[in-house]
Amino acid sequence: MAHVTLLYFASMREKLGREMEERVLPESARTVHDLIGWLVTQDADYASAFAEPAKLRCAIDQVLAPFDAPLAGAREIAFFPPVTGG
Amino acid sequence: MKSVRVQPEDFDPGGEMAALGALGSGGVASFVGHVRGDDNLIALTLEHYPKMTAKALDDLAEQALARWALDGVTLIHRIGRLVPGDRIVLVCTASRHRAAALEACAYLIDRLKTDAPFWKKEEFADGRTSWVEARQSDAAAAERWD
Repeated sequence: MAHVTLLYFASMREKLGREMEERVLPESARTVHDLIGWLVTQDADYASAFAEPAKLRCAIDQVLAPFDAPLAGAREIAFFPPVTGG
Repeated sequence: MKSVRVQPEDFDPGGEMAALGALGSGGVASFVGHVRGDDNLIALTLEHYPKMTAKALDDLAEQALARWALDGVTLIHRIGRLVPGDRIVLVCTASRHRAAALEACAYLIDRLKTDAPFWKKEEFADGRTSWVEARQSDAAAAERWD
């Protein structure tokens, strides 16, 4: 059981109506992909916010991470749309 | 010299270029991005992921310093609400060699657009708002440096 902080930015923050939350991850959540699979079962807002994973990016402890990245040791996991700075 | 800043305040491009020029390299290249007033846009609001932005911009500056013979790099990105014409971003590089200064400057702005966690929300004259979508052309511009 791992305690993590989940952060949401831009359209993800608006869709979920929150910018952060603390969660205890289930044992089954070994990768980002697993985490998304678990979150979407939590309530309908998640199911809709995570409906198009191809349009999402993830960072683990402030570093961009692919969806097959392992969550072992992660403290802060952020989800957001592709960036549009500059 | 490396200077990386994220701030709501405007910046002074001339002053930043002069600071790099004072290093004595002989060449300073720069890029300044402004808010475009397309399609009745009245404002842009820039949001970011503060802990990651600091890391991402610092990494980009380090990569440029490792790849080109630079004496100085300045990266400034604004956040918050900006209106058409406002400055958003500054990239400045100093080198003894003009090719190094110019290429590193292009590299930094191309990579900043795909690697740094900023998002823009647009406000239009009719009250509509929408998040700017990432462009494939920006991804392609960043990939040419791989």
